[in-house]
Amino acid sequence: MSSGPVTALDTASPPPEDIQAVPVRHPGRWVAAAIVLLVAVSIANSIVTNHRFGWGHVGHYLFDPRITGGVVVTIEMTLAAQALGIVLGVLLAVMRLSPNPLISGASWLYIWFFRGTPVYVQLIFWYVGIAALYPTIDLGIPFGPSFIHINAVTAITPFLTVVLALGLNEGAYMSEIVRAGIISVDEGQNEAAQSLGMTRLRTMRRIVLPQAMRVIIPPTGNETISMLKTTSLAVVVASNDLFSEATNIYNATYQIIPLLIVASLWYLAMTSILYVGQYYVERYFARGSSRELPPTPWQKIRRGVFSFGHDPISLDSLGSPHGAPW
Amino acid sequence: MVRAEGVHKRFGRLEVLRGISLEVARGEVMCVIGPSGSGKSTFLRCINHLEKINSGLLSVDGDLVGYRQRGAKLYELRDSEVATRRAEIGMVFQRFNLFPHKTALENVIEAPCQVRSVPRKEAVAQAEVLLERVGLADKLATYPAQLSGGQQQRVAIARALAMNPKLMLFDEPTSALDPELVGDVLDVMRGLAKDGMTMVVVTHEIGFAREVADKLVFMDEGVIVEAGDPREVIANPRHERTRAFLSKVL
Repeated sequence: MSSGPVTALDTASPPPEDIQAVPVRHPGRWVAAAIVLLVAVSIANSIVTNHRFGWGHVGHYLFDPRITGGVVVTIEMTLAAQALGIVLGVLLAVMRLSPNPLISGASWLYIWFFRGTPVYVQLIFWYVGIAALYPTIDLGIPFGPSFIHINAVTAITPFLTVVLALGLNEGAYMSEIVRAGIISVDEGQNEAAQSLGMTRLRTMRRIVLPQAMRVIIPPTGNETISMLKTTSLAVVVASNDLFSEATNIYNATYQIIPLLIVASLWYLAMTSILYVGQYYVERYFARGSSRELPPTPWQKIRRGVFSFGHDPISLDSLGSPHGAPW
Repeated sequence: MVRAEGVHKRFGRLEVLRGISLEVARGEVMCVIGPSGSGKSTFLRCINHLEKINSGLLSVDGDLVGYRQRGAKLYELRDSEVATRRAEIGMVFQRFNLFPHKTALENVIEAPCQVRSVPRKEAVAQAEVLLERVGLADKLATYPAQLSGGQQQRVAIARALAMNPKLMLFDEPTSALDPELVGDVLDVMRGLAKDGMTMVVVTHEIGFAREVADKLVFMDEGVIVEAGDPREVIANPRHERTRAFLSKVL
């Protein structure tokens, strides 16, 4: 089965010498690098020396307890809303692919509604609408006895509103992503699993979804990053997330630009962490799909630095089929 | 083991099977040959209910495929019941269909662990024996993408055998392989036949059919044109269409 190296047949010939050649030079790269560097330095200079940016205030508020508290709330909101979106998305995607027209129709209707209305409107609607329309909520058998009694006016906090509104909206988008992942898996996988006696549900859970993950993860990472930023809409429901806290401070102190910079720096820091996380999750689900795992970001940076000025030797061509996030 | 009487299968208006009747006894090897589009793969897929037949009668080991008969009425089986029946029938596909996110060993133990709830340790021990038997004892931890086509197909055979099937279906198992890899797969199948496994093999390997099969069936345009002892059919085809087909593939 194993085929030997092509040259192995002729044992009489001397061992081949490595090719010694002058590598191709790329003077253009150095020129471009100089220009990019010059532009970067001048922009940085203008930003640092312009006192109207208020860098002192930025430093002052960057680790203000109200701001760091807001960061924590933003992270909690993002995780809760995105988790709700993913669970709903998987559910809606599986429903959408159901042979039962009523079930797939219900899924279609949900997606149609939540994709068709602005998330901003949905957010405000949840905030003012629910308590106004249903001051009390009873959970139980329809038209029968109820088991749980909720006072909507007090129970629906700003935090819950944001998580519900963004999560329900996200479910519609996630379902399309999950559905794309599911239908990307070869039909032969279904047949193989079923011919082994696996039920449809088990086939979905053990065989199809794990393979669909490769297609689902990158856009889900995108959605999570988008979600992190969308939580800033919480400002309209007077929540206590990062952006709400920043506006609270600048409404009192009029330090608008420094606080916008503070908020931006924190958002950038958080999205950067998500980038790295997404990369490693992708790497995990890539197992078995390519012969070699894609390189870690650190490996990529090292290769990029060492191969500058001459052609990277085959390493990059072997690299990730998915493309690193940077 | 397999009994078909007047099996018909339509896809829309296209009639793919037009009255297939045959019988495969326990321990018998039946090879099905015929030009592409003759319905041989479709018939094979009907046997484990990957396709539903439109009329006729099809049973495996005395049980109707996909239905339960009570009195004169037929009741469709539930998904879980169909799955239980399929678990006893092994199937090997032209394109292998290994699970790419699992290693060779994980591919083989997946169904025993998940469907039959065999303890993992026991399943692994059995899988090691099976993979050894198909000549891949050193590839346990290898993912399908790192295996050659012939190796993948042998893992697929081991995966099907792990469920201790009473019947094995082969759907052109060597058609997607490089010529030099075909032999290893056929060797494994030959061994299975020798051990008394009941097999239905859709194939283009006439030599294999002649040597291993107890019965050879030639299908064309959804009907069985000719059936009988393989040496007899290949050496002296009685039907004009069989003769024309054999002259092209031999």
